[in-house]
Amino acid sequence: MLNILEPGLLTTVQDLGRLHWYHIGMPPSGALDDFSFRVSNLLVGNPEDAAGLEVTYSGPSFEVTSEGLIAVTGADIAFTINNQPAAQWRAHALQPGDRVSLGGVRRGARAYICLAGGITVSERLGSRSTYMLGRFGGLDGRKLEAGDCLPLGTPHTSPGAMLGRTCDPALIPVPQKEIEVRVVMGMCSHRVAPDSLKDFLAADWEVSTEADRIGYRLKGPTFEFNAGEQPFGAGADPSNVVDLGYPIGSIQIPGGLEAIVLLNDAVTGGGYTTIGTVITADLDLIAQASPGCHVRFREVTINEALQARRERETRIEQVRLALGIFDQAGMLGQ
Amino acid sequence: MSETRYDYGGDEYLLVVFSEAMDLAINFKLLSICREIERRRIPGVIEVCPANASYLVHFRPEETHPDALIRTLKDLEREIQSAETLTSRLVDIPVLFDDPWTQECAKRFADRHQDPSVSNLEYLMRVNGYSSKEEFITAYCDRPYWISMVGFVPGTAWCYRMCPPEQAIQAPKYIRPRTDTPERAVAHAGVFLCIYPVQGPGGYQLIGMSAVPVYDPEEHLPDLKGRYILANAGDRWQFRPIDMDEYNDIRSEVEAGSYRYRIIEQDFRPDEYMRDPELYLKHLREEAAHA
Repeated sequence: MLNILEPGLLTTVQDLGRLHWYHIGMPPSGALDDFSFRVSNLLVGNPEDAAGLEVTYSGPSFEVTSEGLIAVTGADIAFTINNQPAAQWRAHALQPGDRVSLGGVRRGARAYICLAGGITVSERLGSRSTYMLGRFGGLDGRKLEAGDCLPLGTPHTSPGAMLGRTCDPALIPVPQKEIEVRVVMGMCSHRVAPDSLKDFLAADWEVSTEADRIGYRLKGPTFEFNAGEQPFGAGADPSNVVDLGYPIGSIQIPGGLEAIVLLNDAVTGGGYTTIGTVITADLDLIAQASPGCHVRFREVTINEALQARRERETRIEQVRLALGIFDQAGMLGQ
Repeated sequence: MSETRYDYGGDEYLLVVFSEAMDLAINFKLLSICREIERRRIPGVIEVCPANASYLVHFRPEETHPDALIRTLKDLEREIQSAETLTSRLVDIPVLFDDPWTQECAKRFADRHQDPSVSNLEYLMRVNGYSSKEEFITAYCDRPYWISMVGFVPGTAWCYRMCPPEQAIQAPKYIRPRTDTPERAVAHAGVFLCIYPVQGPGGYQLIGMSAVPVYDPEEHLPDLKGRYILANAGDRWQFRPIDMDEYNDIRSEVEAGSYRYRIIEQDFRPDEYMRDPELYLKHLREEAAHA
């Protein structure tokens, strides 16, 4: 059991997300920085899809009631066990009564805490992920509060086997203030003036303060639309289209005034022009970007996007091999 | 009808657009296609999400290359030339129009509206040429609304009044969206009516309050157990104006967890609707009355 003493700014239970329900308007949710989350689970001997905590900007403090293992990954963050500094990207032993504290992030936006056995709040629609806007999943569909108690499952491997395991430093991503993300252009981009699309790809975009699990609003150049009458049912503004589905990672341009990248708690559809989609492999970079960070978009082909996806799986495979984990049972059913 | 557009939504989604404009005939056809995609369990397809004039497919590229999936979907489109008979539920939605809660909300965000001197309902009446509130509400509810899309947040349904395009009731969205809307608010923008499933931001014109929820995350109501939301794409909702007394009675039943939705399942034949909408709606109404 975890007894939450301080919840931190915004801490939620997440796993790899809830698939198959996008058609009812239910987004997948799940850890935004997929790589960091999966590695955190691997370090404590869990399947990659066990539930852990996603910490935003500043962390929780909690007490554990049983023996166990913990690993903290993702953003660079102050991390102590019983007031002693502890290393991230490494498995540490916990004893009953131990106090774990995370402070503010030093670099990046989101840290991940996984414990051996995983957090075992009840599954809803096949996942333990929290979807706050829909008050669904996690702990009562909300962020953690002081006084919350979170159940832990039985560890999958003996804690001793994983103790002191670390991730190869060469594989640890370092959050940057300036990032480049790759994007497959298309969808409704034909409605946008060609010069505006060029500007989109050339510009330096700044992450605004409205950046959360639903989406990141970015400030940059405005967009012009191709002339023409609005289609029936689309709405009067040239940035409106007849409402359609929004992929996770899709970029929309309401009013032509800003760009919004949708993330795991996305609204699943709506009536704004979408001009492209950030490739899955690069969504982790956005997850670690905070307001004031700079983003550039680089166009890639679908086959380059698929190649990037394979390269990310290779990195996870390297982590697994380095940890001596050959059983991929945790990968099934993702 | 222009050619259907198949496009990538990154490495996990495909967007298939049949038309840039809203068109019921196209929605009927794409719902048939989407139901067939689900039925065939195409390898790699996680799910399909129908929208007003398009659909989105979520897939695993490890199991199918997107270009191979596009070929499969194009074949399917050629196979399904016309919309099949669709199972469609007719659902009674009791609405308190001109209610105090949405009026209070509209006042709070008056600075974001085109004309804050009148209520959103009066604004909607005016831009559609109505002067009598009773007349407008009667006309607004004189026929069912077709659910052409579900999404945004869980349970949001795009409800399209089943009439020829030239008779559509239309309204612009707020100039700037509100940061708050009450849960269950009934609202209109563009050619669509929607009920807000949860409290949150929004830009539609606020005209009433549904007595019944459209999203039930706690599975409080027996009809929403295991399904969480009321809407299916391809259902029809019949809005029924009610007064404050009936509103309060239904709210008590909902809060007690004993409310049962009035739902009648019917076979809907798109071809018959397209041939003579008024006649076919009358037929369905009579059939429902005897169910």
